[in-house]
Amino acid sequence: MSSDTTAPVRPRRALGWGFFLSELSVLFRRRRTWAMLLALAAVPVLIAVAIRLTDDGNGGGGGPAFLDRITQNGLFVGVTALVVAIPLFLPLTVGVVAGDSIAGEAGTGTLRYLLVSPVGRIRLLVVKFAAAAVFCLAATLTVSIAGILIGLALFPVGPVALVSGDTVSVGESLLRSLLIALYITLGLLGLSAIGLFISTLTDAPVGAMAATVVVSIVAQVVGQLSQLEWLHPWLFTYHWLDFADLLRQPIEWSSFGANAVLQLAYVAVFGALAYGRFATKDILS
Amino acid sequence: MTDPAARAAPVAPADAAAPAGPALRADPLGHVDPVASTTPAASAAPDTDPAEFAIRTTGLTKRFGRSTVVDGIDLAVPRGSVFGFLGPNGSGKTTTIRMLLGLASASSGEVRVLGHEMPSNLARVLPAVGALIEGPGFYPFLSGRANLHRLDSADGFASASTRKARVERALDRVGLSSAAGKKVRAYSLGMKQRLGIANALLTPRELIVLDEPTNGLDPQGTREVRTLIRSLAAEGTTVFVSSHLLSEIEQMCSHVAVMRAGRLVAQGALDDLRGAGRTHLRLTVATPDAPTAAATLSRLGVRQAPAPAPAPAPATFEASHPADRTTTDPGIHPAPDPAESTPLEGELPETVPAEAVVAALVADGVRVRGFAVERASLEDLFVELTGEGFDVVQ
Repeated sequence: MSSDTTAPVRPRRALGWGFFLSELSVLFRRRRTWAMLLALAAVPVLIAVAIRLTDDGNGGGGGPAFLDRITQNGLFVGVTALVVAIPLFLPLTVGVVAGDSIAGEAGTGTLRYLLVSPVGRIRLLVVKFAAAAVFCLAATLTVSIAGILIGLALFPVGPVALVSGDTVSVGESLLRSLLIALYITLGLLGLSAIGLFISTLTDAPVGAMAATVVVSIVAQVVGQLSQLEWLHPWLFTYHWLDFADLLRQPIEWSSFGANAVLQLAYVAVFGALAYGRFATKDILS
Repeated sequence: MTDPAARAAPVAPADAAAPAGPALRADPLGHVDPVASTTPAASAAPDTDPAEFAIRTTGLTKRFGRSTVVDGIDLAVPRGSVFGFLGPNGSGKTTTIRMLLGLASASSGEVRVLGHEMPSNLARVLPAVGALIEGPGFYPFLSGRANLHRLDSADGFASASTRKARVERALDRVGLSSAAGKKVRAYSLGMKQRLGIANALLTPRELIVLDEPTNGLDPQGTREVRTLIRSLAAEGTTVFVSSHLLSEIEQMCSHVAVMRAGRLVAQGALDDLRGAGRTHLRLTVATPDAPTAAATLSRLGVRQAPAPAPAPAPATFEASHPADRTTTDPGIHPAPDPAESTPLEGELPETVPAEAVVAALVADGVRVRGFAVERASLEDLFVELTGEGFDVVQ
């Protein structure tokens, strides 16, 4: 290759931005990723189209109250679609990405090559988690932006009335939408960490994905059982729908903070578990 | 042939050893010890400066539950060698490679790669090691080129600015330039294999580990891989090739180690192993007077194989200790069958000329209907070492 074979004096190890970018490009070059984002974008479109078709023009659409508000202001489509997507669709896509993170590499046989490149096991876990977080953001933004766009197309748009009764401008309401998307992204980080951990347990990506989705569903079911009320604040799903506080004037940040603390705790615990499992695991895939 | 001093030498890593001179480097593994299965390879581990070895393991062992997959092997791969790692499927070759590269941890024993303790120096050692492990592994939805870019970016030590040029060069070297833009999903196994080898060549390496590199390749591709390995060796790269095919190893390796059921049963320079085979002559006598012939042969010091009834059993082969040979066991004579010329097999001592055997047989009234003397081939040796043959697991 070159004459310099005696002692390859290599530069110090890079921090991993290059690998992180490579990870993102692999993630977003997959057709599967785009299929999932497309499916998420379909949620607000379906909602908006259905409401538009059944709307008789006088605001008495007959659906649940929150769907009704859409007919008055298209900017609500995004928020409504997020509420619909949170229990199942978002966890489903996040479960696929997070569950696939390590197990998918094992499944394609690339894990051993990444590790001998050498990528470093901790660096691999960190990059995989970061990429999953980016996907969470992309997923929620997809729902939110698709909702806003379809709302603009099908419904009248104007200043938005908040939960607190105040009214904010269109620009401010778009900012609030972004804030809600961030809030939900944050809420999905705990699930991403759980998925990453599960992904280190197996070489079968489908199993890891399914297990991650099941965990999110079980957590939500437990969250509905009043007998287990003591447990509820500890569930990573506990704050998932608490973003109404971001629709007050002034913004009530406490739920945002509580959500952040809870999710970071999950990330810390399951990140440590993933590390404990993966750092010494025999890679036999 | 087996040096008793070397046999007794401590297996401990060789820091306190005599200075490693060029002579040691040229032939650090002069001992060929095919009977070492009782004392696995301890004798094939001479004490030298660990830096002289690209790979050095001491008592490397891997257990999965109760089964021992790799059982206390002492590999010594001299720098600059093309080292063949031979064994039947399931003999522990790939598991050993995984331990060498830090993918799996050893249950016990030590590993040094390029002079550094593993796995504690993974980040230091692995950038200088290229590897193809148990077949290629790539993202099917990416092109061959994109796959190499991806794996190269995972190497935190590889420079991003030269990546494009290095990837193209590696692709060119394995003859994949024209197919580099295709998705790996559309690749044949042989093309994937080539891409896997290209991945091992992305940066200048001191050691290249190739696990079954010619799997799935057509004869043309096999020849190209052989040429590639030779050119790598000419550049001074140590190449560690595993295979279950002796012919492959025989054509390109300077050194060889043989695994059987997790144990290292022989290790050394290929020429020495060949030499070991050459000193033994296999004798076959076809005669209806087997008992008489057997008696004559044992008088001459020919060690005989057990009666080769319908399917001839392989001759008992012992490369070392020719002096230890006992005379024929009287119980192994074939049943007399005047109607047929039962072939008798045995090993002809170097001291006895073949024609003397014929003369003695004829003098004793044996009707010799066939007489052959063959040199034991390397293949005979390996089949002997690995037992049932190269495609049978234990």
